[in-house]
Amino acid sequence: MNLLGKLDWSAIPFDQPIIMGAAGVVALGIVFVLGSVTLKGYVPYLWREWITSVDHKRIGVMYMVLALLMLLRGFSDAIMMRAQQAVAAGGAQGYLPSEHFDQIFSAHGTIMIFFVAMPLVIGLMNFAVPLQLGIRDVAFPTLNSVSLWLTASGILLTNVSLVIGEFARTGWVAYPPLSELQFSPGVGVDYYLWALQISGIGTLLTGINFVTTILKTRAPGMSLMRMPVFCWTALASNLLIVAAFPVLTATLAMLLLDRYLGFHFFSVDAGGNPMMYVNLFWVWGHPEVYILVLPAFGIYSEVSATFSGKPLFGYRSMVAATMVICVLAYTVWLHHFFTMGAGANVNAFFGVASMIIAVPTGVKIFNWLFTMYGGRVRFALPVLWTIGFMVTFVLGGLTGVLLAVPPVDWQVHNSLFLVAHFHHVIIPGVVFGTFAGYVYWFPKAFGFKLDERWGRRAFWCWFIGFHIAFRPLYVVGLMGMTRRLQHYDVLSWQPWLLVAAAGAVVIFAGVVCQIVQFVVSIRAREELRDVTGDPWNGRTLEWSTASPPPAWNFAVLPRAAERDSYWNRKLRARATEGVSAQTYQYEPIEIPKNSAIGVVNAFFAVMTGFALIWHIWWMAGMGLVGAFVTLLAFAFRHDEEVEISAEQIAQFERRHQAEVAL
Amino acid sequence: MRYSLLIGVLISAATLSGCTEGVLDPKGPIAAAERQILFNSLGIMLAIVIPTILATLGVAYWFRSSNKRARYLPDFTYSGRLEMLVWSIPIMTVLLVGGVAWVGSYELDPPKAIASAVKPVRVQIVSLDWKWLFIYPDEGIASVNRLTVPVGTPISFELTSSGVMNSFFVPQLGGQIYTMAGMVTRLHLQADYAGTYRGMSANYSGAGFSDMVFSVDAVPAERFAQWVAATRTTGPALDAQSYASLAKPSQAIAPFTYRAVAPNLFNYILSAGMRTADTSQRPLTRVTEVEQ
Repeated sequence: MNLLGKLDWSAIPFDQPIIMGAAGVVALGIVFVLGSVTLKGYVPYLWREWITSVDHKRIGVMYMVLALLMLLRGFSDAIMMRAQQAVAAGGAQGYLPSEHFDQIFSAHGTIMIFFVAMPLVIGLMNFAVPLQLGIRDVAFPTLNSVSLWLTASGILLTNVSLVIGEFARTGWVAYPPLSELQFSPGVGVDYYLWALQISGIGTLLTGINFVTTILKTRAPGMSLMRMPVFCWTALASNLLIVAAFPVLTATLAMLLLDRYLGFHFFSVDAGGNPMMYVNLFWVWGHPEVYILVLPAFGIYSEVSATFSGKPLFGYRSMVAATMVICVLAYTVWLHHFFTMGAGANVNAFFGVASMIIAVPTGVKIFNWLFTMYGGRVRFALPVLWTIGFMVTFVLGGLTGVLLAVPPVDWQVHNSLFLVAHFHHVIIPGVVFGTFAGYVYWFPKAFGFKLDERWGRRAFWCWFIGFHIAFRPLYVVGLMGMTRRLQHYDVLSWQPWLLVAAAGAVVIFAGVVCQIVQFVVSIRAREELRDVTGDPWNGRTLEWSTASPPPAWNFAVLPRAAERDSYWNRKLRARATEGVSAQTYQYEPIEIPKNSAIGVVNAFFAVMTGFALIWHIWWMAGMGLVGAFVTLLAFAFRHDEEVEISAEQIAQFERRHQAEVAL
Repeated sequence: MRYSLLIGVLISAATLSGCTEGVLDPKGPIAAAERQILFNSLGIMLAIVIPTILATLGVAYWFRSSNKRARYLPDFTYSGRLEMLVWSIPIMTVLLVGGVAWVGSYELDPPKAIASAVKPVRVQIVSLDWKWLFIYPDEGIASVNRLTVPVGTPISFELTSSGVMNSFFVPQLGGQIYTMAGMVTRLHLQADYAGTYRGMSANYSGAGFSDMVFSVDAVPAERFAQWVAATRTTGPALDAQSYASLAKPSQAIAPFTYRAVAPNLFNYILSAGMRTADTSQRPLTRVTEVEQ
């Protein structure tokens, strides 16, 4: 028996210059970063302060770093696809053979949804939710670190597939029977399945963690109806995670049983039924859309209120709309396959149900509009992203409602019209939203603002590039071009695809501007420094502490006796001519100790996943045992908390007050 | 922002003028009705979406912090009337579009026959890796990658797949429907004008997917009869054996026809998809087996 299962040298595509070139560049990059980090002696610091950190703010930042790195990967996939379709017209085959092109669009979808959008949203929730709730950490800080590193494990496995073996060639939805062993005998689908299973467990743990945090551990006085709207949307999103991700895990587990043990859940023979997979996948898949977009809506709510200098208009309406979407998210999954021949009753029901979601969403748009009405709108970067979102998203929503009309859907389903639609909601909805959150909370995380000028350039490139890249896809979609075509014979599509490719280049310029913005801001951090902790004249509790906040977040847990409690506290302070900051009697605070369990567990998770993909059974066993032993070691640990002395807290607070006074 | 709006308008205008093919250029009653529903829904929604976009830009611009003439209303945070309004506008819109969707789902339901005085032509479709097989059970002939139909005659399709899922789609004639092994989906289309229309698989089905295109030749009824007669005289016959060799994965196949088709071949293919794992290992050989 082969000790390495299916793995041998032929797994590495030495004959593919594009893959080898990309892998070479990535490898050089990793070697350079690791080398310079090691040479400069940062390793102990990184290990102590970041990798083993259980601090929700650092975990949030690390999620963001992962997401932005994977955005570059997913984006290069996008550029390659647009370039391929721009040239592969008529008899031309382009530069990507179908076995490579098919992996690229599968990887693009998988990466962008699971490893860009999800970590962006989860990262911002990690960073901001506990601060907004006025507490010191999430309910289960160490579990939070486990979640982060499981997500990282999934990301690592997905990227390993670039060099060792292959990725799925099934599209990111991996419908059987195509994804069954019979039609996809390679390891690509296994990479897809195990990467999602491992990161999916991390996401589920995040969901449990945040639902508990938001429901059980708010600051004194903060009733549910006093929570910032971002926390409400985070609650809705995590409730959806808790209810939806187990469905995905179970569905993928059944496909794994089909592939590994010859079961027949979704096979065409022996009574299997692929339609079941399609249903179950979207029972997860449609709520997933709201898992991503609801927190982004929360960010837009915070931004529009803060920068209009007004409370959010119709707070209760917003909360109601959020929770309505949270429930309705489960009633619409069938609209992803009106073309399966379900019959008029079913199609009509799910069509109308899908449209009903447009009602609470429309309410949100109008409420943001009325929040700005009567305000003093400052056009800072987060506001640009918000307005860019509002004017773009309503059109994406419009095409969404069009697709919810079954007879229209039959005509444009699986076409580039559909591709244009979901990019038209996810990019302005989720991506713009998380970028708004990124520029909004960056000064809170690092104590200095991001450069405004490059930020504006980035916004305009993204905004204009988006419209140039995706509007033409509606056109070719209506002209009958289906998605996932490696080449096509209709020459009249080509001009539109050339325009779309140009749009992708403009978006790329936006990404470059963001990188420049990041570098420029770090270099000019002294000019961009914010010592007050409240650079935007904020309304919610996160702005009441120092930037960056200390590990314990708040020296004294704030009382939240009303909505926008920090804003109202500032108003009262001004009214009473600021009877200087009260002098508190600080008490020692216990914060959870750093823990290596997250990263050690992830090591074993990657080992197990890789071994299962390549059928290296002994190694899979070792990985499982290792993960279990890690868990035992954690369960039997002795001291789990460190105490911050009252003197240390007082010192930090005095220094912060002194800086503010200057 | 203003420039981008301009760009948006230009692109949108180009969108509509650019579509002289595909779903905006229907050649049959189903596609025409579906396009009408598309336009109706679009019109209803644009009536609310365009004012919203303009209002967003207008409000944001007027209430900019540097505008001294704009009134600052820090306590404008709730208004029962406005709440009523913001909930009712989308509800009204959804009621209208929902009505369109509901009625359309029933009227254009793919299995529903097209009302017509002309007797429909039956076609059985099998999606294979990676080509299309069209069986004319009443004429006893079959064709690969070219679907010839008479103009003005309803075509009644039964569809299945040899393995992976595909989607049968002729944009200019009407909406698509999935093909799945072991299952039959039904679809009714009609071409009102003679011509050649592009058809394809709309659901990704593996390596040869991009070449899984076919053409629909809509010809006058008498030419169709001639074509049937001519087809019966040439080409190979399609039985379980030749089907097995046709079913082997191949791509970019030039269209050709079969002069004869084993009766019940479609049902045979259908049941092949449903067999248990053990019996599916049996080679497909004899036509007699088909006829049971």
